[in-house]
Amino acid sequence: MRNVLNHLLRHERRNAWAAFLLAGIVLLVLPFATDALLGRGWVRIMDFALLYMMLALGLNIVVGYAGLLDLGYVAFFAVGAYTYALFGSPQFGLHWPFWAVLPMGALFACIFGVLLGAPTLRLRGDYLAIVTLGFGEIIRIFLNNLNAPVNITNGPQGISQIDPVRFGSFSLGSSHSLAGIVFSPVHLYYYLFLLFTLLVIFVSMRLEKSRIGRAWMAIREDEVAAEAMGINTRNIKLLAFAMGASFGGISGGLFAGFQGFVSPESFSLMESIMILCMVVLGGMGNIGGVILGSVLLVLLPEALRNGAGPVQQALFGKVVVDPEALRMLLFGVALIAVMVLRPAGLWPSAQRRRELVVDDAAIAEQEQETVYDAAK
Amino acid sequence: MTQQNSVLLDLSGVGKHFGGLAALSEVSLHIRRGEIYGLIGPNGAGKTTLFNVITGLYQLDAGNFTFDGARYVRCKPHVLAEAGIARTFQNIRLFANMTALENVMVGRHVCSSSGIWGALLRNAAARAEEHAIAERARELLSYVGIDRPHQTLAKHLSYGEQRRLEIARALATDPKLLALDEPAAGMNATETASLKELLQTIRGSGITVLLIEHDVKLVLGLCDRVAVLDYGKKIAEGVPEEVRRNPAVIVAYLGGDAGEAAA
Repeated sequence: MRNVLNHLLRHERRNAWAAFLLAGIVLLVLPFATDALLGRGWVRIMDFALLYMMLALGLNIVVGYAGLLDLGYVAFFAVGAYTYALFGSPQFGLHWPFWAVLPMGALFACIFGVLLGAPTLRLRGDYLAIVTLGFGEIIRIFLNNLNAPVNITNGPQGISQIDPVRFGSFSLGSSHSLAGIVFSPVHLYYYLFLLFTLLVIFVSMRLEKSRIGRAWMAIREDEVAAEAMGINTRNIKLLAFAMGASFGGISGGLFAGFQGFVSPESFSLMESIMILCMVVLGGMGNIGGVILGSVLLVLLPEALRNGAGPVQQALFGKVVVDPEALRMLLFGVALIAVMVLRPAGLWPSAQRRRELVVDDAAIAEQEQETVYDAAK
Repeated sequence: MTQQNSVLLDLSGVGKHFGGLAALSEVSLHIRRGEIYGLIGPNGAGKTTLFNVITGLYQLDAGNFTFDGARYVRCKPHVLAEAGIARTFQNIRLFANMTALENVMVGRHVCSSSGIWGALLRNAAARAEEHAIAERARELLSYVGIDRPHQTLAKHLSYGEQRRLEIARALATDPKLLALDEPAAGMNATETASLKELLQTIRGSGITVLLIEHDVKLVLGLCDRVAVLDYGKKIAEGVPEEVRRNPAVIVAYLGGDAGEAAA
């Protein structure tokens, strides 16, 4: 019996390793597969999907775990991106190495996270949402206007000619070939982003199942009770803001290096809302759900953009509605459909799923107990 | 009368106002180590306010309180929780969407220390601590008599179990004083009887208990000493038998004038 069990366990572990290996290989060859099957543009879209994944996972810490509704999250993305841009471009003639600037971006984002967190500690729900929304706008407007009297951010023109990510003399900004395969910059950045995304996923998973993660969730559930249980809610909330912001900062730095150009209009309120949609749509508090949400919300609009024209052509013989207009319409419909059909998100966390599934059973059970008690 | 070191919680002249309303005025009482101390009084007498003052939810406006020999004025609830005062709530405040086990594990927060690095690196010390937290939480769940699967969400427990889970969560902080706000509210006779047993077991393990309760029978049968609040003032204190015969208490509960009530 025991032998069989051991065997099964080992078998399961071997299966898990096999699944990991398979997933790894798929992720490694994916950019070349999409190149061959779907066309050249898709690797770039996948790069953006990975950047958004990091952002969504960062926001998930603040919104999903600690329950603090943040509508200005893109501000931390902006801080990371501008840190990278200012220290690695001709703007100030600084060309600091990638490994120094990226952590700096994360650190600055962290500091801004605390700056936002500190005055809003007493706020909850709608009130917090409004203040964070304002914070996001303040950062964007600052970036837009910090070109006078002293020119720091170059204002609405943005900063261009940002250094690509470079390891020693190996630059991700130009193509390299290895064993006859040509890796263009979008491919190289794909692997870099993949690495950082895996790191962010790892950190999220570790935090979720820890003393800190439990404290965040306790605050989400009932802040007064959490404090009465000895949780220093001030510090733990600030920690959530800081951790979430640092993910945003890293993502921002990578974005700046990848694009080579940043301007304030990349950091609009719409971006914050998009990231929040990824978290909510995928399944708040569940890492898998958040990943799914960000992939879908990046890929779906692109697929609609590319697909809507030809489909109309085939159905009606001409393009009736401009694909660009249709894209946002269908996107909106998709969002509403998901929220109606799967209110806890596409892939809710195990607990949220239990909440929704067991509810009826639990109600029935409690009813029964009441009847039983009354009979006694 | 009592030795200094046998007093665990000492309130002197405590006052708390909400606008013009004096929720508490000049309340002085002391709770000795190892006793079950009852706090009763009609609705609106200030019992829960007193509770919230002791647990740091409200800051007191007048007076002073010392716990375990140290003064605690203008302290946050988490500081008092660390000092050793754990509480339950009158209207149950569990972490509804966390499992029963996780609820109790949150209670261990003050007794553990791993931070971000422990969580990320999951080194030997962090793993050992996490294991100990889960182990202690399981012990406490069976101690208070919750025999459901520990992965049940708190909100899916029955009412009586939720009350017990709150007690388990409070006990997880290793308190010196366990403050219970109407733990028997809404319980049936059987549940109340087993709650009484549980409280006696807890006292037996050396934890002092402060109990607010409406169920007078439970209070008189369980408590070593009882204080009665009415309109924010302490009107009586003593062993249950004395308090029950106290004319002021009878007036507070039944109304009318003291002579009539005593007669």
